[in-house]
This record gives sequence, structure tokens and C-alpha cells, in this order.
Amino acid sequence: MTNPLTPPKRKDPLLRTHVGHVSPNLRSRAATAMAARAGQGRFVLQVCHDCRRATYPPRDRCPVCWGELDWQDQPRGAVIEAETTVRSSVDLFFRDHLPWRIGSARLDAGPMAIVHLHGDVKQGDRVRMELKLDRGGNPALFALPEKETSHMADDPQLRLFTADPKVRRILVTDGREATGQAVASALLDAGATTVFLGNADPLMRYPGQDRIEAIDGIEPVALNLTDTGSIEKLAAQLGGRVDIVVNTARFTRSGGVGFGGKLSDLQSSLDLEVTGLMRLAQAFAPALSARSDDGVNAAAAFVDVASIHGLTGNAGFAGSSAAAAARLALVASLRGEMAQTGIRVMSVLTGPVDDRWHQSVPPPKVTPTQIARAVVTALQSGQETICADDVAQDVMARWQADPALTIREENK
Amino acid sequence: MAQQQPYDGVVVCAPVTVPYTRYSDKTAHWWAGSALKELSRQTGLGPADFDGFCFSSFSAAPDTVVGMVQHLGLSPRWMDHIPTGGASGVMALRRAARGVQAGDVDLVACVAADTNQIDSFRQTLAGFSRCSQDASYPYGFGGPNATFALITDAFMRDYGVTRDDFAKLCVAQRSNALSNPHALMKKPLTHDAYMAARPIADPVHLFDCVMPCAGAEAFVVTTPEKAQELGLSTARLSATIERHNAFAEDPVQTRGGWARDIDALWSAAGCTPQDVDMVQLYDDYPVIVAMQLADLGLCDKAELSQFIAAHDFTITGSMPLNTNGGQLSAGQAGAAGGFQNVTEGLRQVLHCPLGDQVPDAKRALISGFGLVNYDRGVCTGAAILEQDVLR
Amino acid sequence: MSQSLLSDLAVALASGAVRVIDLTNTLSPDFPVIVLPAEFGQCAPFRMEKLSRYDDNGPAWYWNNISMNEHSGTHFDAPAHWVTGKDLPSNTVDAIPAQDFMAPVVVIDISAEAAADADFVLTRTFLETWERENGRIPPRHWIALRTDWYKRVGTPEYLNLLEDGAHSPGPDAGAVEFMVHERNCIGLAVETVGTDAGQASTFTPPLPAHSILHGNGRFGLQCLTNLDKLPTFGALIVACPLKIEGGSGSPLRVVALVGETNA
Repeated sequence: MTNPLTPPKRKDPLLRTHVGHVSPNLRSRAATAMAARAGQGRFVLQVCHDCRRATYPPRDRCPVCWGELDWQDQPRGAVIEAETTVRSSVDLFFRDHLPWRIGSARLDAGPMAIVHLHGDVKQGDRVRMELKLDRGGNPALFALPEKETSHMADDPQLRLFTADPKVRRILVTDGREATGQAVASALLDAGATTVFLGNADPLMRYPGQDRIEAIDGIEPVALNLTDTGSIEKLAAQLGGRVDIVVNTARFTRSGGVGFGGKLSDLQSSLDLEVTGLMRLAQAFAPALSARSDDGVNAAAAFVDVASIHGLTGNAGFAGSSAAAAARLALVASLRGEMAQTGIRVMSVLTGPVDDRWHQSVPPPKVTPTQIARAVVTALQSGQETICADDVAQDVMARWQADPALTIREENK
Repeated sequence: MAQQQPYDGVVVCAPVTVPYTRYSDKTAHWWAGSALKELSRQTGLGPADFDGFCFSSFSAAPDTVVGMVQHLGLSPRWMDHIPTGGASGVMALRRAARGVQAGDVDLVACVAADTNQIDSFRQTLAGFSRCSQDASYPYGFGGPNATFALITDAFMRDYGVTRDDFAKLCVAQRSNALSNPHALMKKPLTHDAYMAARPIADPVHLFDCVMPCAGAEAFVVTTPEKAQELGLSTARLSATIERHNAFAEDPVQTRGGWARDIDALWSAAGCTPQDVDMVQLYDDYPVIVAMQLADLGLCDKAELSQFIAAHDFTITGSMPLNTNGGQLSAGQAGAAGGFQNVTEGLRQVLHCPLGDQVPDAKRALISGFGLVNYDRGVCTGAAILEQDVLR
Repeated sequence: MSQSLLSDLAVALASGAVRVIDLTNTLSPDFPVIVLPAEFGQCAPFRMEKLSRYDDNGPAWYWNNISMNEHSGTHFDAPAHWVTGKDLPSNTVDAIPAQDFMAPVVVIDISAEAAADADFVLTRTFLETWERENGRIPPRHWIALRTDWYKRVGTPEYLNLLEDGAHSPGPDAGAVEFMVHERNCIGLAVETVGTDAGQASTFTPPLPAHSILHGNGRFGLQCLTNLDKLPTFGALIVACPLKIEGGSGSPLRVVALVGETNA
């Protein structure tokens, strides 16, 4: 069993903050392709077109018959054949986290792999493999106990591959909307110590305010993503105390590009969602990065909740989709930047939200609770991209299979 | 598989070891040049005289043998670059021998040289191979220690070998090293000290690990006539084997490529394991020494523990092992570590050792093992050297 | 004549005999703007983005890019702001004669009524009663409603939004008709976020101040401060909107000149 995490003691303010390093990050293109799939929560290996055998480590041709390889989902079982505890390393990241346990795993899929071991796993055990991303965004095979053990998620080695909300302090940007409120509650339920809940207009009341602000652990903060000064002020006050940022802010209005869309709506949407995201990142990224290896509540993640239609555009919500597309582009870049410092950048993608701006969109629509669940799951698993609902999953699946077709379909 | 042709008309001579240093601010080029300078001193030959050059290094980047040839003023008609680290000595020997035998070349300088600057070990590891950068070093970055820890863990369990057995090998090698003035390890190692050493990557402990260092090794492969002309003592090459990526299906490496070809080695050499006077086995971890004792036909794998208990591996013992101390006690100078077994075996049969002489040594079994590309050593080789003419 | 008048004014300004009272709220991102039903376009608040401050974006200079709605902060409403004034001549800020930017002001104190009832509605009857007690409202004056509402700036009670909308004082149609047609005011000057009452969209006609003032070529001044520092009669307001081409209004600096004898 794993020792349960307890909230850390207040740290000595005079101590130099521990500098966060990332694990070695040189990778082949094939390993990078594996990372892309790991980011979606898949467990994949390369399989040969011809002989159908799975291979690992990532290669460019089948070692059995020289056939072409492609990535396929694989069974997650494995047996640990050998294990060791690494007690010495010349790498700056691992030196900080010794001792480190690894093993040789015989994957049910066929190949052998060197894998990270959960504390409750030992030589000879059957295990459940997960394909995770390390702090640098690279693929990492992690062996978990086959059956859930107590406080399993608190394993210190595992926690470096997740951004688990437990004992962390989290900024949720938009408490005025139901989504932000649901996310805040779900994060507290998942063990977050504090949720700083943004309010863009502290002088104006909002629905649900009394209920949400009365919850233990919620700390209302003034935060307006369209106001650089407000973000800078908050970052100056809270930067060193925020471990995760979850941006739930949206400005959704219906309308097309040539017909029915309003320029002012597009501008508001771009300002809040796109420029706002950039303002938020510029204000909080440095502070998050500086604390990426600062103990059990080290800064861990930047989560952006955006519309799945950023991938495709969406007739009827052209402006909002454009804002979402820009968010995805910014998040992709930010992910690359933050990978250098050990902070995960995650996208939670949603279908149309069941709110007053999607009244004429037929169901299914995503509820704030579903979005909140996806945010928590992404953080707990360390997953980079997660679809919160059926619509998002459907669009994502079609987009991955045939982007050009899906773009046409979503804009009919 | 066809019987290996004998190495008639080929001799090996002029073993060179440039004394190792723990760290060096010099380059691989400097160390290679130092080895050639010592060869020159022994043979009286200069850059224009060597028509063959075989080179091995991890730290010469961006240069290969090509850059080295121009850097060091050579003009060979035959050259080779051996990128196989611990297996490079045996492989250089094989390739040069066939070149000489075929008349493609007369006089080959085989050189392995590596420097060890501050932090170069970490940098070498970080970019070592595609599989290691993708799939082994990001797992704790324990380097070879971690990889061999997994191998050792499986090997000990599968074959009932214990740390006490490894201790005996390591203690004997240290004892051998004490007579070698160039060995980096100069203090005796006791069984207790071995057992009490701190763990590095369980079950690998401190004295199972080699010390990375800078150094160079070299030898000459030529014709008997040329050697005679130069007044050099010579050894014959009785037989060799080489194998890469053998037993890829084994989940964890518990045998090396030798096991696949060992009968061919003894058959071509026309002798048996009992006929060798010493063994110079690649020893980056004692588990690999133990593995080779079985894979090279010296004993049965199931009886390794008893075999180790039954033998004395010191220079005057029943099976002298790594008589210069091996890499475990003399130091591991990168690819030069892969040449060490050749030069030390050669010295012993030519009766010009760095330290103590194996009494009446005539025949040496030498091996190579190299390149942990991912989870195991990929390259293996072995050779039998016999005393030819002492001059 | 004018020469001595202006030099007398200059002397009075220099001596403090004429004081300049700032009637302007500080333009900041936090300053509230009017909130409309969500399906309408919304008034952009004041925003400021630093361009450089002696840094790599401009080593020796400090400046900001600013953006806002024409009706953000302390601002001026031109007749073209409302549909009723859309066809009037010179109805935009760039076309209004500059002469109109300086005018005397009469201050009507309804602070007690507003304190007692946030939805206090100013009626013709109230004005007539007021005139009986204070004197007739002269022509071509700004009529300023002192509500002390500016003291609520920085609190939710400034916009005073509840679930049924904003609650703040303002005139009904009869009062505005009286001010425009019978007293020929130059415009209505208020401390609240609009010249109309918070609930004025429920009045008949809706938003009577906007509708009647602008339909008759009169102006609005909103979000003023310090009206409690002005005398009932005798102060002069200087309110020059930015010369925005075709602009419906403008943020501006509003000051009042107050003579010693008035104080």
C-alpha cells in the first residue's frame, strides 16, 4: 500500500525553491508519435502491417519481417520479469527523485519493455500498464498494480506522471459561469486544498455566487481575462501559490462569418478566449514553471477548456469556433514551451454546452458536471487531451480518421 | 556454417596502454595520438609506415576514422571504424587479420581512444543510441548500471548466482590490479568491503561498477615477416567468433551471443577451455563475467556458483582472470575498455605484462561485449591468442 | 470687453478666486459600464495594455494602448447616440459646435430622495416644487442631478444590479419634457451610469431621458463625481468630448469653474 499524501507544511520562505528539471528529452520521431497517442490516454504499440507482431522500442520498420509499422491500441497487461531500484543517476531530474524503481516487463502484447514501477509492484507481479507522459511530454510506460491498492494515486513516482489535484491549489478562471463552478467543486472533491475562483466583475453579483463562495476551500478572486492589469495583479499576489491553472472562460455566440455573425461578438470572443488565454499564460507560466518540482504540491498543469470545434470550425458558431481554434494553437505552443520546464499543458475539449448560448442546438449537449469530470480525469491521469462528452468524442474520432471530411461535415 | 579459415600469415604484436586518468581535459584525438606515439616508440615506425588503421572511440565526434586519419597524418590503404565499444577489440583484431592475410594491407595500427571530460559521461549516455534515448535512459537514467541491474536481478534468480560469487570475481580482479601500476584502483578489496558497498541500482552495488575514465589502447596486426623485420614478439590468432543481437527473444539477457558460436570457436582453435592459461573477459559488471564463464564453455551455467567457488581467479590461481585488474579495477576508458582484453592477453602471452606475469602463459582466451543499445549488450566476440615468437 | 473678462478670469483662476472642480471619475479597467441584456452588444470597458515602459519594447519611453467604448467612464452622450436623434443636424461629437462645450450648470439636489429610494423618479412636479424653493432654472444650462451616487463607485451598489435589473434614480418623461421644452436645457448631467433611471426601460416611453434629450438635440453627461461640491447656481461646466468622426459620445475630462462668491 502507498502512504497517503498529507498537505505539506507551510514552507520556509527563506529557502531557495527547488529548481524543476525535466527528464531526458531527446526522442526519435517514432517515440514522439507514441507521445502524441499517450497524450490521448491510449495504450499503443507499433504493429506490423505484414506479420501483425507488436514491437517496442519504437522503430521505423518491423524487426521480424521488415514490414511497415503503425500504432495500434494494445492489451494493457504485463508481467514484471526483473526489477531494480536506481539509487544513483547523473541526470538532474532523476537525481532529485532517487531512489527510482524500474523493471523489465513482458507485455501481453509481446515485446519486452523497461518500465517505471509503482511502489506496490514487485518482480513477478502481473501488472496493468499505462502509457503516460513524463514531465517533458515524452512517452513513459508505467506499471501499476493489477488491482487498485490503497492510496495508489499517492505513489510519489506515479505522481510525477500526473497533475493530481490532491493537496494542490488551483485557479479556476471563471466562477461566474456554471462550468467554472462545477469544475471548482469537482476539484475540491478530488482533494484540492484550495480553489481560487475567478470573478471578472466583482461589483456584479452572479447566479450561484452565494452557494459556491460558501463552500469551504473556495477563495473568490478578482480576475478578468480581458483586463491585463487584473491578471497581472492576481499573478503577483498568487503566482507562487497556484499549482494548477484551469481556464474555463468562454464567450460563445451564434452566427456565421458572412451571415448572422456579429463583429463585436467575434472581437469579444477573441479578446476573452484568445488574448485572454495569452494574458493568463504570460502572467502565470513563469510562476508555475519556477515551482514545477516544489514538493508534493509542486506546480503541475495549465488546463484549457475549449470547444472541440476549434478542430473543424462550425457553421452556426463560426466566431466561437475560430476562438477555439486559436486557443488550440496557443495551447499547442504553450505545451511545447512548458515541456521545457516540467508543467503539463492540457486541453479539455467539449461539444456544445447545455447553456443559454446553445438553446437552439439539439442534444446531446455537455453539462458543466461532465466538463468538471473531464478536467479532474485529465489532471489525475496526466492526459494531455481529453474529450468531455459524446459530441466531442465523436468529432475527435471523425477528425482523427478524416480531418477534411469532418471539417465539411461540421460546416454543413 | 562453414569452418572458419585459419589465420595463417597473420601475427599480433606491440600491445600499448596509455595510462588512464579519471578525468581528462584532452580529446580523443590526443589520446589516439598518444597511443600511436607509444606504438612508434615500440616499433620505430612513423605515420607514413602504417598502411592500415583501425579506430574505435565514443568521444571523437564529429570525427570518425576519416577525420582521425587526417588529424594524425596517416595515409592508409586500408582503414576501418569499429563503433562497438566493448566488442571493438576482438572485432578490430578479426578485421585487421583478414586484411593482412588477404594482402590488402601489411601493417595495421588498431587504436581505441576515449577521453572523459567533466560531464562527458552524462552527455555520452544521453545521446547514446536511439533505443536507449527513447526507451531505457528516461526510466530513471541509471545508465548502464540500471540496465545491468535488471540483467543481474534476472540472472541471479535464474541461475542461483549470489553476490558472494560476484564478490569472489571482483576481489580477485582487484588483487590482480594491485600489480598493475596503471590501474586506477590501488587499494585491496576485501570480500566484506564488497558485500558492504552501497547499492547503486539493486542488486548492483558500488564494486560491481566500473569507473569511467580516459585512456587509450593499441596493438599491431601484421605479417610474421614484417614483425620479424621490426624485431617484435608475436602472437598467433587461433580462432575468433563474433555475433550481434543474438537471442533477441530472451525477455531479459541471461546469455550472450558467444553461446551461439562457442563450439565453432573451440573447434577452429583446435583446443579446449582447459588448454587456456588465462581468461581476459569483458567485465563491465561481474554478472557479465559470470555469464561468459558459462557461455564461453568454461563451465555449465547451472553450476556457475560451484565453479566460481572452485577456482582461484588471481594471476597465480587456477584460472587467472583479467590479469591487469580488468575494467572493474583498472578503469573503463570508453572504447579502449574493449581493447583492454586484447592488449592484456597479448602482453601475457608475449611475457611483457604491466603487472605480474601469469606463469608460463602461452594461450589466452579473450572476449568482447559491447553496446547496450537498449536493454542488453548487443555485440559479442571472442578470440584465442597463442604465443608465437618471443623476441 | 472680452479681453478684460478673460484676463479677469485668468487672475481669478490664478488667485483661487475661481476654483476648478474635477467632475471626472478616473478611467480604469475596474470602472463599471452600463450592462445591457446579454443578447445585445455590450459596452466595452476601459482597457489599457502597456506597450513599453523603459523596456525592450521601448527603452526610453512609457506608453499604453487603450481601448474602450465611447460611453465608458465619465462620458458625453451626443444626440446621435439615440435613435430619436439620428437625423438631427450636427448630432455627433465631431459636429457639435464647440460653443456648446462650455455652459453654466444648475444643480438639483435629490441626494436625500435617492438615498431613501434607489428607484427615485424625478418628476415635473418635483421640479416645479424645486423651482418654487430655489428659483427658476435658467435657459441653456446643464441641469445636474446631485444624487451622491458617485460615492458608491467601487461597490456593487453603484450599478446596483439585482435580478430585475439596475436600480438607480432618474427622470420620467414629464420631467425631461419640462427640462427640454420649457427650460431649454443644454443637457442632463448625472452621477449614475446613465441619464435614465436604472429601471427606465420599463417607463413610458422607455428610457425617456435618452429618448427626449437626444431627440431634441440635447446632450448627456454621465458618471460625474463631486456634484455635491457645486453651488446650485453659478458654476460653469467645461465638457469637451474627443473629436471622434461620427462619434456618438466620448469619454472626457469634465471640470467645473466655481466662483468665490458661489462657494
